[in-house]
Amino acid sequence: MDQRVAQRSRGLRPRGLTLLALVPLGFLAVFFVWPVVAILRLGLDEGGVLATLGTGEVWRLVGFTVAQAAGATAVAVLAGLPVAFLLARTNLPGLGLVRVIILVPFVLPSVVVGLAFRALLPEGGGWAIVLANAFFNVAVVARTVAGLWTHLDRRAEDAARALGASRPRTFTSVTLPALAPAIGSAAAVVFLFCATSFGVVLILGGARLRTLETEIYLRTVELLDLSGAAALSLLQLGAVVAALSIGAVARRRRETALRLRGQSESARRPSGGEWFVVALALAVVALLLVPVVSLVTRSTAAGWRALTGFGYEGSLEISGLDAIRNSLAAATDATLLAVTLGTMASVVLVSLTRNRVRFVEVVDTAFMLPLGVSAVTVGFGYLITLDLLPGDLRTSPLLVPLAQALVVTPLVIRIMLPVLRSIDERLRQAAAALGAGPWRVWWEVDVPMAGRSLLTAAAFGYVVALGEFGATSFLARPDTATLPVAIARLISRPGELNNQMAYAACTLLVLVTVAVVAVVERVRVPVGEF
Amino acid sequence: MLAVSGLTVRYGPLTAVSEVDVEVADGEVLALLGPSGCGKSTLLRAVAGLEPPVAGTVRWDEKDLADVPVHRRGFGLVFQDGQLFPHRDVAGNVAFGLRMRHVPAEDRRTRVAELLELVGLAGYERRKVTELSGGEQQRVALARALAPRPRLLLLDEPLSALDRALREQLAMDLAGVLRVAGATALVVTHDHDEAFTLADRVAVMRAGRIVQTGPPDEVWRRPADEDTARFLGCGLFLPAVVHDGVATCELGSVSLPWAPPGDVTLGLRPSALRLAADGIAGKLIRSVHRRDHVRLQVRLDETDQVVDAVAGIAETPGDRVHLTLDPTGLAVLP
Repeated sequence: MDQRVAQRSRGLRPRGLTLLALVPLGFLAVFFVWPVVAILRLGLDEGGVLATLGTGEVWRLVGFTVAQAAGATAVAVLAGLPVAFLLARTNLPGLGLVRVIILVPFVLPSVVVGLAFRALLPEGGGWAIVLANAFFNVAVVARTVAGLWTHLDRRAEDAARALGASRPRTFTSVTLPALAPAIGSAAAVVFLFCATSFGVVLILGGARLRTLETEIYLRTVELLDLSGAAALSLLQLGAVVAALSIGAVARRRRETALRLRGQSESARRPSGGEWFVVALALAVVALLLVPVVSLVTRSTAAGWRALTGFGYEGSLEISGLDAIRNSLAAATDATLLAVTLGTMASVVLVSLTRNRVRFVEVVDTAFMLPLGVSAVTVGFGYLITLDLLPGDLRTSPLLVPLAQALVVTPLVIRIMLPVLRSIDERLRQAAAALGAGPWRVWWEVDVPMAGRSLLTAAAFGYVVALGEFGATSFLARPDTATLPVAIARLISRPGELNNQMAYAACTLLVLVTVAVVAVVERVRVPVGEF
Repeated sequence: MLAVSGLTVRYGPLTAVSEVDVEVADGEVLALLGPSGCGKSTLLRAVAGLEPPVAGTVRWDEKDLADVPVHRRGFGLVFQDGQLFPHRDVAGNVAFGLRMRHVPAEDRRTRVAELLELVGLAGYERRKVTELSGGEQQRVALARALAPRPRLLLLDEPLSALDRALREQLAMDLAGVLRVAGATALVVTHDHDEAFTLADRVAVMRAGRIVQTGPPDEVWRRPADEDTARFLGCGLFLPAVVHDGVATCELGSVSLPWAPPGDVTLGLRPSALRLAADGIAGKLIRSVHRRDHVRLQVRLDETDQVVDAVAGIAETPGDRVHLTLDPTGLAVLP
C-alpha cells in the first residue's frame, strides 16, 4: 500500500493546472476542431452525405485505403522486427549508424519519398504505394519495439530455454507475447500514418489509384464537391479515432509494464541462428538506403545550380533559394510553437495521470487526433474559419507554421510524455520538502531530467515540419511556398530542368534531415517512442 | 514542537489514518512502528504536507500548518530509497535545500563538507550519486535533508531498502547523527530493532490508529494488548500471577522486578525459553541455525504444546531437552 500511496500527490494546484491545460486545448480547439467541424458542417449542409456513402465507388476507395495501409503496416512490422532485435539485443559495432539510417525515411518529406519511389519503380501502382508507405514507417516499428525489448528481462527467455524450448519456440511463446503491446501500439500508429498518407499516394497513384485522403483533396480542390469530401472526412475520422484508441490502450499496457521491469543489461553478441536475424536486419537497412541513394545520385550539378532560379520557363513564382528560406523560417516557428504546446500538454497529462483522473486517455487521444485527420480537411477548414478570427491570419506568414505545429505537437507529446511519466513522484516531493515551490520543482527536477528529450523532440519536430506537405500545400501562397511544395510543383510541370531541380531540392532535404537526426542520436534518451 | 491532533486521512472509502494524536518534543526522536499498511507512512506524509487530511490538525509550536505548503514547512524528508537527484552530484544534492534558501555559495560549500563529514562521506562532493552504493545513497539523502537545518526530520523507512548487516550498522550511525545534530525527528519503520535503536519514544500503530506510546523499554516489556505483543515478537501467551516481583505460570516462576503485582498475561518471545540442564521437559522437533543463536521447536511433555525456544548450539531432533524461563524474552500484558 505504501507504494500506491507514494504515487499520489497534489502536484500543481488545480487552478494552475487548468490554466496550463487551456493553452494547448485552446489551440487544438481553434486551429483544429473548429476548422474540421466547419468543413464537415459545410459538407453536411449541402446534403447528399448519405448518398455519397451509399455509392460503390466510395467503398472501393475505403477498400483500397485499408488494403494499402494494412499491407504497408504488415511490411513495416515484418521489416521492423529484425531491426528492433538488432538494436535491442545485440552489441555489434555501428548500431548508432543503423539508428540514424532507419530514422531518415521517417522524417523525409512525403513528396521526396514519392519521387524516390517513382524514380525506382516508374510503373507505380499499388505495390509502389505499399512499399513507399512501409519505407516511411519501418523506423516507427523498430524504435518502438526496440524500446520495450531492451527493458525486457532476458531471464524469462533463459528460463524457457532451460525448460527445453528451442530458440524459435522461445521467441514465439515468451518474447513475442511480451512484445505484443509495443508491436500493437506501433502497428496502430503506422496504420494511421499509412491510411492518411497524402504526398506518396498523390505522386505514385496518379489519377488511377486513390485513397480517402487524396480523394478528399481531389473533391475539395478540383471538383468542389464539399458534401462528398465531408462524407469521406467523417468516414476517415471514425477510422482514425478507432485506430488511436487501440494505440492508446496498447500504450498504457506498455508504460505500466516498463515501470515493473528495470532496465536490464540485455545486449549480447549474437550467436547461432541469431546471425540470420542480424543479416535480415542489415538487409532491411540496406533496402532502406536504396531510395535515398537513388535520389542523391540523380541530383546533378545542373540541378543544384538551378536551385537559385525559378525552374523551367518560370515554373515557380519564387526561386529555389526563397523556397529554402521559407521552409527554414516556417519550420522554426512551427517547432517553437509545437514544443511549447507539446510540453504544456505533456505536463497536464502527467499531472492528470498522477491525480488518477479517469478521462486522461481521452485527453491523450484528443492531442493525437491531428496526426490522423486529413491535412487537406484541416487546411481547407482554415480557409473557412480563419477569416472569423481577429487579425488577418489568412495572409499571415504564421498560417503555415500554425498548421505544421498541429502535426508536430503530437510527436512532441509522444516523446516527452513517457520521460516525464518515468520521473518518480517522490523525487519531486523530496525537492518540495527541501523548500522548492511547485514551479521551482518543475525547473529543478523535470526540466533537467527531461531536457534531453525536449531537445530530441525539438529536432524531430523541426525535420517533420520541414517536410510537411499536406496542409502546407493547401495553405502556402505561391510566394510563401516551402521546398516540398516547390518540389511537387516542379515535378508536375514538364521540363528536364524541373526534374533536375526537384532531385537537387530533395537531396538538400535529405542532407538536412540526416544532419538533424545525427545530432538527435548524440543526445538520445532511453525512454520515448520515436 | 510538533503536535498532531485528531488527524484523519482517507483514500476514497479507505481510512488510512484515523483520529491520530501524537506529539514530538524538541530534540526528541519518535518512531512510528507498525506492520506495513497500518497507515504510518500516510501519517508521515500528512505531517510533511503531501497528503491533505480530512480532519484534524498538524501544528508546529502552536501554529496550524494546514495552509502551509510542503516547501514552506521547513521539514526534512528522507525516503526509503533515497530519491537523490540523479542529474546532480553528491554536493549538488546536499546543497539543494541551501540553494532554495538562498544561502551564499561559500557557506553552502562549508555546510556540505560539514554534513558529509557527519555522515561519514567526507570528500565525496564530486561523486555521481548513481555510482554510490545503497548505504552511501541513504547517507547522502540524510545529509541532504539535514543540511538546511530542518525544524523536523521525517524519515520514511530510511533503512528498509538495505541489506541486514548494513541496516544494523547504519541504524547505529543514524542514531549517532541524530543525537549530534540534535534533530527533532519522526521515523517510520516496521522493524522494532530499528525503532528501538533510533528512538527516544515509540508509537505503535495498527489499522490507522496509535495503540501505544512510550519509551522503547516500556513498549517492549509491557505491550498494550495481545496484537501489539504479537507484532513485537511474542508467540505464546500464558496466564500468570505476579507476587513480590516474581511471576508464576504453568512453565514455572521467573523474577520480573518491573512487573505489576496481580493477575497478568505473560507474552513469550522465542528467547523467553532457553535450553538448560534441567527445567520443563520436552522433545525436540526441529533445530534451525540463526545468525547468533539456534532456534528450537519443542513439544512439551506435560501439555503436548509446541513452543519456540533458543539455544547456544544445535541439538539433534528427537532428543529429550529441558527449558527454563528467561526474563529478557518476556512481556507482561494487563
